[in-house]
Parts: sequence; C-alpha cells; structure tokens
Amino acid sequence: MAPDATALILARAQFAFTISFHFIFPSFSIGLASFLAVLEGLWLATGQQRYIDLFRYWVKIFAVAFAMGVVSGIVMSYQFGTNWSVFSDKAGPVIGPLMAYEVLTAFFLEAGFLGVMLFGMKKVGPGLHFGATCMVALGTFISAFWILSVNSWMQTPQGFEINAVGQFVPGPSWWTIVFNPSFPYRLTHTVIAAYLTTALVVGGVGAWHLLKRQDTPQVRTMFSMAMWMAALVAPVQLFVGDEHGINTLEHQPMKIAAMEGHYQSHPNGAPLILFGIPDDKNQRMRAVIELPKVSSLILKHDLNAPLGGLDQARPEDRPPVKILFWSFRIMVGLGMLMIGLGLLSLAARVFGGLYRWKPLHLFALVMGPAGFVAVIAGWVTTEVGRQPWTVYGLLRTADSVSPIGTPGVTGSLIAFVIVYFAAFSAGTWYILRLMANPPHPGETGVADAPIRTAGITPARRGGDRADAEEGAA
Amino acid sequence: MNIDLTVVWAGVIAFAVAMYVVMDGFDLGIGILFPRFTVGKERDAAMNAIAPVWDGNETWLVLGGGGLMAAFPLAYAIVLPALYAPLIAMLLGLVFRGVAFEFRWRDPRHRGLWDFAFSAGSFIAAFAQGVTLGALLQGIHIEGRSYAGGWWDWLTPFSLLCGISLVISYGMLGAAFLLWKTEGRVHDDARKLARPLAFGLLAAIVAVSAYTPFLEGRYYQRWFAWPGVLAAAQVPLLVAICGAGLLWSLAKNHERAPFFWTLALFGLSMAGLAVSIWPDVVPGRVSIWQAAAPERSQIFMLVGAGVLVPIILIYTAWAYWVFRGKVAEDGYH
Repeated sequence: MAPDATALILARAQFAFTISFHFIFPSFSIGLASFLAVLEGLWLATGQQRYIDLFRYWVKIFAVAFAMGVVSGIVMSYQFGTNWSVFSDKAGPVIGPLMAYEVLTAFFLEAGFLGVMLFGMKKVGPGLHFGATCMVALGTFISAFWILSVNSWMQTPQGFEINAVGQFVPGPSWWTIVFNPSFPYRLTHTVIAAYLTTALVVGGVGAWHLLKRQDTPQVRTMFSMAMWMAALVAPVQLFVGDEHGINTLEHQPMKIAAMEGHYQSHPNGAPLILFGIPDDKNQRMRAVIELPKVSSLILKHDLNAPLGGLDQARPEDRPPVKILFWSFRIMVGLGMLMIGLGLLSLAARVFGGLYRWKPLHLFALVMGPAGFVAVIAGWVTTEVGRQPWTVYGLLRTADSVSPIGTPGVTGSLIAFVIVYFAAFSAGTWYILRLMANPPHPGETGVADAPIRTAGITPARRGGDRADAEEGAA
Repeated sequence: MNIDLTVVWAGVIAFAVAMYVVMDGFDLGIGILFPRFTVGKERDAAMNAIAPVWDGNETWLVLGGGGLMAAFPLAYAIVLPALYAPLIAMLLGLVFRGVAFEFRWRDPRHRGLWDFAFSAGSFIAAFAQGVTLGALLQGIHIEGRSYAGGWWDWLTPFSLLCGISLVISYGMLGAAFLLWKTEGRVHDDARKLARPLAFGLLAAIVAVSAYTPFLEGRYYQRWFAWPGVLAAAQVPLLVAICGAGLLWSLAKNHERAPFFWTLALFGLSMAGLAVSIWPDVVPGRVSIWQAAAPERSQIFMLVGAGVLVPIILIYTAWAYWVFRGKVAEDGYH
C-alpha cells in the first residue's frame, strides 16, 4: 500500500514548495499588519498627515500581499489531506482541533475586518476603522499562534495517547498539547522574525527613495521607524534564537548535531564549525574552519560540556546534514548582518547621518529582502531537521503519505509550480511597482481614489480603485 | 447529557459547507457571468459588489476542510486523496480568481488578462466543486482506512453533470446577488441573464435529483420506500413551489426576492442531499460515528465553536451592513 519512493519524494517536494511560497506572505503580512495599526494609531493620536499617508501607501501593498497569502493558505489546508492522508488520519484528532481554532479565531477575524480596513474608512469613520485594522493585526498574530502550536507539537509531541487503530488522540489536558515544549520558543522566534522581515522591507523601500533623493517627511519617517525596529529587535532575536537552539538540543539533539555539522560526539567540548563541507559518505566535515569548544559554550554555556553527534542515532533516524548545515548558516549569517545594520543606523542617528549616509542606505536597500531569505532558511532548518519524522520520533514521513501514485503527484506538482510562479511573480512585480513610487502627501488609499478610467470621469468618492493608474496617467 | 456530539459536529460541518456554498456561491457566480459584462466599468461594478467580502466568504471553505480534518479525520483522510484531481483543480482555480481581485486594479494594461483569470478561475473552482460532490455521491473505493481507487475514478457522466449543474446554480446565485446589490448596466445585464439561469437551475436540480436514486440502491430506498417517501416527497414539492416563486419574482422585476428564492432552492438541494446520505460522511462507506474524532477533541472544539461561530456571524453581518446599499459603476453610494 505504501507508494513508491518517487511518489514520496514528490509529495515532500510539493509540500515544501507550497508551504515555502505560502510562508513568504504571512511572514510579511504579520509584521505589516501591526505596522499599519501603529501608523494609524499614531495618526489618530497626533493628527500628523505623514502617518496616514504612510498608512495608505502600505495598505495598498498589504492588500496585494494578503490576497496572495489567503489563496496560498487555502491550498495548505487541503495539502494535509490530499498528500498526507495517513498523517491526517493519525494526527487529526490532536492537531485538527488546533487548526480549527486557527480558522475560528484568526482567519475569520482577518477576513471579516479586512474589507472594512481596505474599503471602509469613509463608511465607518476613523475610530472604527482603526478598530478594524487592529483586528486584522490581531488575527495575523493569532493565526501564527495556532499554526506554530501545531508545528511545534509535531516537533515535540506530548499530551497524547495512542488508540486501538493507531491514531494519536488527546490526553486529559489540551494545555499540555498546545503549550508543548518547543512552542513558546518557536512562536517568539517566528513572530519576531516576521516583524524583522517587515522592518527590513520598509527600511529597504525608505532607503531606495532616500538614495533617489526623494527625501520627504514620509520617507524619513518610515526609514527611521524601520531602523529603530532593526536596531532594537535584531539583537533580541539573537538571544531568542539561542534559547530556541538550547530547547532544540534538549528535545531534538540530532537536529542540532546536523545544524552544527557534528558527525561525531565530542565528550570534552564541541567545536563551533564556522565553515566546512559536509561529507556524508565518510561521516565527517571537510575543509573545516572551527573555534574549539565554542559550540559547547553556546549550547551548554560550558566550554567542556560533552555534546552528542549524529553517531548517537541510527543512520535511518538522522536528518540530512548537507541541507541543515547550510540553511542554518544562511539564517544566522543574515541575522548578524541585520544586527550590523541596526548598529550602523544607531551610529548614523547619533552623528546626525540617518538620512544622509549613503552606505547606510545602500546597506539597508540590499538587506530589504534579507528577512524573507532568513525566514525560509530558518523554516528549512526546523522542518528538514524534523526528518525523517512527521511526528518526531513516532511517525515516519514515509508512513504518513497518501496512497497517490507518482503520475498524480507529478501532475499536481507541475501544476502548482506553473500557477504559483505565474500568479505570485505577477503579484511580487505589482508590489515592487507600488514600492518604486514614493509615498505622497495626500496619498490615496486602496478604495478612495478618484476615478480615472478612460480619463473622463469626475472625481467622486467610492469603491473604485483606479489609483493604480496614478503612475501611468 | 444525552447529546450525541458526533451528530452536533456533523451539523457544524454541514453548516460550514452550506455557508460556503451560498456565500462563495454568489462570488463564484459573478466570476462565471463576468465575460457577459462589458469590459470596463460594468465589470468594475460587478467586482466591487463582492470585493469587501469575498475573503470572508472563502474562509468558510477553510472551516469546512479544517473542520472535517478535526472532527472526522478518517473521512478527511479518505475523501481528499479520492478526489485528488478535482480538489487540486479547485484550489488552483481559487488561486487565480483570488489574486485577480487585487491584481486587476494594479495593472490596468493587463486588466483583461486578470479578468480572464477571475472568470476562468471561478468557473474551474465551481465545476470542480460540483465534480467533487458527484464523485462523493457515486461512492468511492476504500480498503482499510484509506482510499484504494484509481486516479480517474471521480470522472463519470454523473460527476460531470454535477459539475455543470453547480456552475449554472452559482451563476444564478451570482445574478440574483447582482440584482440586489447593483444598479445601472450590471443590474440590467444580470436581469437578462437571470431568467435563463433560473430555468437552468431548476433543470439542474431535476437532473441531479433524478439521477441520484439510481446510483445506489440505498439512495433509492431512502427516497421511494414506504413510509419515508411521505417525508421525502416534501422536498421536491417545496422545490416546485420555490422554483415558481423564483420565476414569478423575476417576471415581476423584484430586486431582492430572487436572491432569497434562489437561496431557498439551494437550501432544499442540500436538504435533499442530507436525505440521501445521512448518516454517512463518506456516502455508503463510512458513517459519521466511524469517522468521528474522540470525544475530547469534539468537546474542546465545541467550546470554541459555540462561542466563536456566533461572534463570527455577528461581525460578518456587520461587514455586510457597512457595505449595504447598491454598487454603481462609480462605487458604493
């Protein structure tokens, strides 16, 4: 009944592809929704035009990103069943309710208030509109809460029983399931990553316009806000990431061993391998640059603490080192650069060069997409590091897959690749085009632009959104 | 406590599916009718009638899917692989028509392309949903706890009939919604489309209803065995009444009544479906009790659903209230 190895690898590729594409959008919209709420709140509190200009500028970008997040998210809610039906049958009684809570508490909240947020300013007034914006922002966070609880349960399952037909079923306490050991760390780390990702995008857009000498109060405000975020939050993320790593070492030591490139155990302090080439065949790292005992220092806060390697697990229970070693380094390397950007911006602020230092703006521009790369690299690290299990240590990935043959999985994978690239590259292009124009004083919103279709209609309030033509007109 | 939680959950899932069918039904229906509207402002107005609410409408689909996994994991695990091809087609269709809502405003030069994506995506999603229903009704092959049929089992004349029927039905719902929510050219065009669509809807209901009892002996028993036939016969009787009501309200140029008559016909179709399959979640194969999640899962979710679904309905209603009134070619009044 188990499908062949090709079907399995294709099903995994399909999930990896659809989830990676999907994850890009929420990691942006979680942060952006909060940023929009802050902007609108500042506008209401201070009455300053630049805040509402920035709100209207970013809400147009949010609308496009959110639509892509929604449609790619619907796909995810069906991927579990179409391609991982055995997993769904076995783990459904435990993780299904958590996902149902995500729909009930988050998706409806976001979707219900999104229409008002995008189109309803003139209908409900600023106060209620601000409420709607806050609800959308809250919804994005609640969504992250539940889905990361599900993911964390798959990484560090607890609070379950196994029934007569082999299903995972809930034990007496849902609290134990929801707040499983890795969840608080993963939630904090991921949400902060989303905020940083958004800050880097906003900072990159601000830097772009500063470099192009479009130095307006709106551009200054967004650049400054983004740089504060990077300066304050990137170092916090380093600390949280370290804590998350220590938690992973406790519950998934093989994941850490693969991330660190430790094929062998080190009884007297493990080195921190900065660079090396994983060599699976000979079970060792080649061309290594390493700091002796530093890995033990980071993970156990003790230079001489023993640290287990991959040799402690049976070969069939080890995650793939080649992927984890590199994805982890990409994430950490980008994190260090983010801290560097934050520090540089602080220095620029102190010396009055925040809006003048070209190298800072260039650095911020290059770092604009870095958050997405880091988020995906981190996601790959934690998900590939869970292999070869779907429910860690209990249910193998190979035993989780649907009884769908290779032709079916191949066909659907090709269809997803084509459709996603067509739809989402167009969306990304539109977002970049919106970003290429600087925010204007009296910026138009998603819904309240004057009508310019065919260039003959007088301006009236309403639901038309021909403001897209502002650049072309 | 003598309440059977499994029955309660079957009701909740049925409610989510019904909400989805009705609410995304008129969204998809407008997409299906889209090519009939003039390029430009007429299309803009049709789009604006649903732009603020489509996302919320589609969330019911996620609740239906997610809720099925949570409350009836075995059914989710059997049905989704069995309906693999039509479900993937539906999802891809929804991707296109979902992004088109935003993209068409961002790219006036390629608006025609995104209008096409909106329309084709809506059509594919609606057709695939109908095929899914048909494939489910005609029965799927199971061994042990999983689907054991082939890659093309879903494709039969009956499932294609259901696909076409649902496209027509959504089209009618979309036209009725536009009659209510728009004015000007869109309204007039919707009126012209509504009459043939109403006949199409009734023909679709008759065709699918007439076919279903002959798919499986048990459906036949359910509908025609004495004395159940006395209760079951009420459904076609009411369909006839509502069908007449719909045609009458269209003839009288009513603006809101057609929508509610169409809703009633949808409701009756779903009631007829329930008569056929109850108490199965995979028709003829797996009952709701066989597929049900354990009681602890049911209770945990029911606490949430009991509190949250009413709240969701309240703020959804509020969002509709905010955007009440008619959409004209220059937006909301």
